[in-house]
Amino acid sequence: MGLLTFKMGGIHPPESKLSAKSAIEEVVLPKQAVVPLSQHLGVPAKVQVKRGELVKVGQLLAKGEAFISADIHSPVSGKVAKIEPRVDSTGFRKESVVIDVDGDEWDESIDTSTDIVKEIKLDQKEIVERIHRMGVVGMGGATFPSHVKYMVPDGKTVEYLIINGVECEPYLTSDHQLMLEKGEELIIGITIMMKALKVDKTIIGIENNKPDAIENLKNIAKNYQGITIEALKVQYPQGGEKQLIDALLGREVPSGKLPLEVGCVVNNVGTAYAIYEAVQKNKPLIERIVTVTGKTVGKPSNYKVRIGTPITELLEKANCDMEGTGKVINGGPMMGKALVLLNVPVTKGTSGVLLLEKAEAKRMPVLNCIRCSKCTDVCPMGLEPHLLSIIARQAENERCEEEQIMDCIECGSCVYTCPSGRPLLDNIRLGKSNVGFMIRNRSRK
Amino acid sequence: MDDAILNALLVMASIGVAAAVILYFVAQKFKVIEDPKIDLVDEALPGANCGGCGYAGCRAFAEGMVKAGTMEGFFCPVGGNDLMKDIGPILGLVPEDKKPQIAVLLCNGSIKNSIPKFDYDGDQTCSFTTNLTAGVGGCSFGCLGGGECVDACNFDAMYMDPETNLPVVKFNCVACNACVEACPRDILELRNRGPKEKRIFVACVNKEKGPLSKLNCNVSCIGCKACVKVCKFDAIDVNNFLAYINYEACTLCRKCVEVCPTDAIHEINFKPRKPKPPKVDKPKVAAKPKAEKQAEAVVADLTKDLPKAEAEVEVKAEVKAEVKAEVKAEVKVEAKVEVKPAEATATEGEEVKSEN
Repeated sequence: MGLLTFKMGGIHPPESKLSAKSAIEEVVLPKQAVVPLSQHLGVPAKVQVKRGELVKVGQLLAKGEAFISADIHSPVSGKVAKIEPRVDSTGFRKESVVIDVDGDEWDESIDTSTDIVKEIKLDQKEIVERIHRMGVVGMGGATFPSHVKYMVPDGKTVEYLIINGVECEPYLTSDHQLMLEKGEELIIGITIMMKALKVDKTIIGIENNKPDAIENLKNIAKNYQGITIEALKVQYPQGGEKQLIDALLGREVPSGKLPLEVGCVVNNVGTAYAIYEAVQKNKPLIERIVTVTGKTVGKPSNYKVRIGTPITELLEKANCDMEGTGKVINGGPMMGKALVLLNVPVTKGTSGVLLLEKAEAKRMPVLNCIRCSKCTDVCPMGLEPHLLSIIARQAENERCEEEQIMDCIECGSCVYTCPSGRPLLDNIRLGKSNVGFMIRNRSRK
Repeated sequence: MDDAILNALLVMASIGVAAAVILYFVAQKFKVIEDPKIDLVDEALPGANCGGCGYAGCRAFAEGMVKAGTMEGFFCPVGGNDLMKDIGPILGLVPEDKKPQIAVLLCNGSIKNSIPKFDYDGDQTCSFTTNLTAGVGGCSFGCLGGGECVDACNFDAMYMDPETNLPVVKFNCVACNACVEACPRDILELRNRGPKEKRIFVACVNKEKGPLSKLNCNVSCIGCKACVKVCKFDAIDVNNFLAYINYEACTLCRKCVEVCPTDAIHEINFKPRKPKPPKVDKPKVAAKPKAEKQAEAVVADLTKDLPKAEAEVEVKAEVKAEVKAEVKAEVKVEAKVEVKPAEATATEGEEVKSEN
């Protein structure tokens, strides 16, 4: 008893971790890799290669020149076939580099051995620079460029580094498997992050449904100073950074502010592993672990996938029954978005591919709001989704802003719990985009 | 007892008189002097409060116009030129003549032309879907078919065509600009109605390169500039692989329509083109009055080339409704002509109105 969790709201959907305990497998290289230039939050990177150029694995393809932007490296070796707009997971065309794969030749500077390098040679500034140049972004799904978090502005002090191993989304198991198989590397990654932030206290939050991962990391962390592992009660959306800080430290991040305000920096375990590879092995972020799961998947598994691999290849490898599938979701069932086309590439933010059966994929018929206040009860941000939904629909943007619509983390708990099947989050997203537009216009004046 | 009633009456009466005197002086002191013209203009206006003039309502428009002392830049799209001519004498001004306009849908990405590539079962509001997905057809510029423009229309001048999943603008559009503002993808535009409702425009807003836009839609503008070369009046510009016809400069010669390889340029309310040998002698036609001649020609053409006309109409969502209406009207005209040929000119002038 007495497991920690966040105070406000939250739900507990069926966990359905079908792919748990299936070891990370490598996927065969695709024939053609499509690497979008905008795989992260912020400004798209600027392309650095020309058509027809031969590239090696890990070679810089595009440089993120703005502050909030990330570099993009070649995940495969071969010839740059085209630089043209390609359809991404939402159906929009985004500028991408298309590479015809030829062999698997790595850049010389990358250490491809599997030895674990424990000694940290770089100093604090070099680490941040390395993270920046290796194109590391937040691997939890938001793909926020990581180096920005490590450039702490003057006057702010970081007390705690919080590592997010919660994986509260049902179905997804990529972080879980990473914690089991790459525990040592992960912990070294965390020590690098601690050095970069100059903090001496780190808490890794892991939900209690992953006891093997908790034990594994506890055993490894014994040998390192300042790292504690905290088991958390299973509750969605504990993986949200504000909820995680609340669960671990009981601190509340003020509305519209960053976790830095309460002396915290939150990063995902996937990011910690990527930082380990970037700093110790000089390896850019060119591959990630993707869970392919769902009831129509023959073999739910966790794959180590090069970025740019088409999702169709993963589905083929996992032996999926596409006849019975109604929807393919990019991400988890709660926050993921349905794919409009299947031959879109895996990007830095693809944490999972979820296949829903035809019956599961159907939306409930929309009925009237019965004011049962279930959505208000489960909202982890303390908002009133039913009210926001209505006023967002009526385009009352000022009122939406007053009701703190921008605090919504789009976790989808309200829609999950609504007995009338109302599209609450759809409406709130509409309101958020309207209010965001209004705020941007205001700041321009 | 009597005294009590009398006293009460006296007190009440004296309070009444005192209040009346005070109110009179207060009213004199704080009198709001308003130009009586504002009331006159306000009465003349249609009272739709649609905001098409750019003011909050009809009253605000009247106030603005009277205070400005000029009619330049003031135009009520609902009442049109006729109304402005009525208002002119009230203000002692002469209004500028403005060409009547209509909202035009610059997209032809119907279900047939831009084949849906996936099912979308989420929220149908355009302003929501525009951020979420490019659209079921795959075009990230074209119409989403959510009907937000139809909801915005205050004049029942738009409806969604279930066959094409595109909105259709009816004749009674007053060009109030509400749909143009409602559309999150800027597909609707106000254009001149043109002589006899004839219009030519590029029904596409796709700014992608030709091969890319053709992947999603059969009738997109590919920016080939064939229309620019054929246009003698410099009315067509191509920017970002998208042609745009300037309706002020266009003389409706229809040459661009013929050369467009993707049928992206639409002509509306033109007579269907005659088949290849155009010289067909019709000795009777010359003797008849002009309107009758036209009416007969249209009916003859439509019946003769029915399959061809239909094929053309299918592609052009907007043409469809209008051509059908025209056929009806023309038939009516012809029936009357048989009785009294002299009335034909009058009925022709009214035909557009009567359809509405």
